[in-house]
Amino acid sequence: MVKKKKQIKKKSKQKNVLNMVEALNQALFQEMNQDEDVVILGEDVGLDGGVFRVSDGLQKKYGKERVIDTPLAESGIVGFSIGMAAAGLKPIAEIQFSGFLYPAVNQIISHASRLRNRTRGAYTCPLVIRAPCGGGIRALEHHSESMENIFIHTPGIKVVMPSTPSDAKGLLISAIRDPDPVIFYEPKRVYRSIKEDIPKESYEIPLGKARISREGTDVSILTWGSVVKDCNEVADSLKEKVSVEVIDLRTLKPLDIETVIESVKKTGRVVIVHEAPKTSGFGAELIALINEKALLDLQAPVIRVTGFDTIFPLYKLEKHYMPNHDRIMKGINDVLNY
Amino acid sequence: MVKKIIAKFEVEYLQVLKHNGRFYPNLIPKLPESDIQKMYELMLLSRKLDEKMLALQRQGKIGTFAPVKGQEASTVGSAYAMGYQDWFFPSFRENPAYITRGLPAEFTLLYHGGDERGNQITPGVNAFPIAVPVGSQTLHAVGFAYGLRLQGKDSACITYFGDGATSEGDVNEAMNFAGVFNLPVVFICQNNQYAISLSRKNQTNAETIAQRAIGFGIKGIQVDGNDIFAVYRATKEALERARNDEGPTLIECVTYRMADHTTADDSSRYRSSREVSFWKKRDPLLRLELYMLKKKIQNYNYFDDIEDVISERVESIVARGESYPPPNVEDIFKFTYKEMPWFLKEQLEELKKTIK
Repeated sequence: MVKKKKQIKKKSKQKNVLNMVEALNQALFQEMNQDEDVVILGEDVGLDGGVFRVSDGLQKKYGKERVIDTPLAESGIVGFSIGMAAAGLKPIAEIQFSGFLYPAVNQIISHASRLRNRTRGAYTCPLVIRAPCGGGIRALEHHSESMENIFIHTPGIKVVMPSTPSDAKGLLISAIRDPDPVIFYEPKRVYRSIKEDIPKESYEIPLGKARISREGTDVSILTWGSVVKDCNEVADSLKEKVSVEVIDLRTLKPLDIETVIESVKKTGRVVIVHEAPKTSGFGAELIALINEKALLDLQAPVIRVTGFDTIFPLYKLEKHYMPNHDRIMKGINDVLNY
Repeated sequence: MVKKIIAKFEVEYLQVLKHNGRFYPNLIPKLPESDIQKMYELMLLSRKLDEKMLALQRQGKIGTFAPVKGQEASTVGSAYAMGYQDWFFPSFRENPAYITRGLPAEFTLLYHGGDERGNQITPGVNAFPIAVPVGSQTLHAVGFAYGLRLQGKDSACITYFGDGATSEGDVNEAMNFAGVFNLPVVFICQNNQYAISLSRKNQTNAETIAQRAIGFGIKGIQVDGNDIFAVYRATKEALERARNDEGPTLIECVTYRMADHTTADDSSRYRSSREVSFWKKRDPLLRLELYMLKKKIQNYNYFDDIEDVISERVESIVARGESYPPPNVEDIFKFTYKEMPWFLKEQLEELKKTIK
């Protein structure tokens, strides 16, 4: 008996150091294990384990019926998932790259987002659409964009974008258990670039809650996705001179407005950093909300450091498109020296 | 060099009841006379409700809707073939299917009268609400069928769509998915000859829509869509095959939209009166009426009386629809998510301040 206890203790001390791909994979295993209605579908998700290996090993364990290699048709995958969700399953659809989500936009906007409302709550669509997103990995054309605002703008949809392995696991588990459709963006620049020791057992990180990634008092950075890492690095490099608070929004819809406004009231200076294009990007909405709720607390106009209103360049120029350290640094300087 | 034919395909056609009331006795479905009469009355109810809705729309009491006149046999016939455990996923011109499956008919009046409560489906009717984006619903049927099968249920799904929808990617993706996963789905194409103004022959260069099935490796058949027996029989067989794990079927019902596309359309701009009168002689109700008289299922008196009986039913449907209290303004917000998020609560409060 005593011996057994010791073993358990030893086991729980075992490290679970994972990158984001592995963390997501662990989340999928645990959710498929605990709920028979969870199914995974998409292009190359089964036999091949997904082109990024997020669903690696799942078909072998749970079979072809629950880990489904579909024909190559994005609208088909999402429309099919809507039917599955309405029938009582909890589908997790993978769209291989977020740049290939567009054929499915009609299914998402016209159906997934509306089914609950149209039927006054009788039919629902508890569906997760996973999509690797963002630039910075020298990818092929159409493989680098950040178009999350399309879905943030869509009533009835929730939008999540983790930036660490730990958040990726907990947020994916919450998204799968959520009763509404969730677009789950995975910044592929982070897929293998960060490793963390995360809890091995299943855990939820609630949707709609931001994470204060660095605490600070002079300036607030509001950010999400792959550039959270860059913001943290810039904040750390300035530590001696400026106290930078970095807020990783994690869930873009519903937004954690309380954490945002609290930080704005504390620092009075805000820089918003996102990969997506500037015009009508989510940064613009954040500024509008700050104006509505904390205008008089601001010491300077809010600065945006974002992708440009251009087509995402091929990789020789992508480092200039991305909100890199120099651009983030300039944003902080501008808001401090206003 | 080898050059040879590696595959050959055929397209089946089914007609049981000819437009003059004559028929192929061996093909008549084995249905009690009471069922045949019920099918007729469902078609007549659909027709009368359609006419009433047109009047209500002209009076401004309901909004735009898509009349179904002319397609009653293909819709009632196929819905009548469904088992209690089966589901259907319609487009926006399948009101007779809802009526046949027992949805209170006033729901369609509510919906077209601008009240979302009309989109609710009473339990047991087993249907999705109407789908306006053309062809998009076919994928839901296929996914739903997958879900039912995985849960060990012995059900099949029907999805309805028009000839125009066959040009949409979703319909093709749906048939392909159904084929790949061998799903219990029956695709019913209401080939009513027009997608608003575009005629069937300009929609696709294919000779039939039924032959599309061949490309997806599924079964396809063309039926006379104004012949309720042909539609019933083909659907019944397809549903049975589906439930026996023998795969999906595409049924092309050749029919005719006798009315305009919607109440906002004027079909005289794109089709001749000669064509309209050709199809008028092929009215699906007329054909079944001739059959029922010939088989002495009913007599002339019945057909005289039933019009009034059904018209009275329509009036009481309208009365029930009008008896609904107006919807609440909260209902705009309440069903967007399961839990109302902070921003919707804020927006609702702002709105309420302006409502006196």
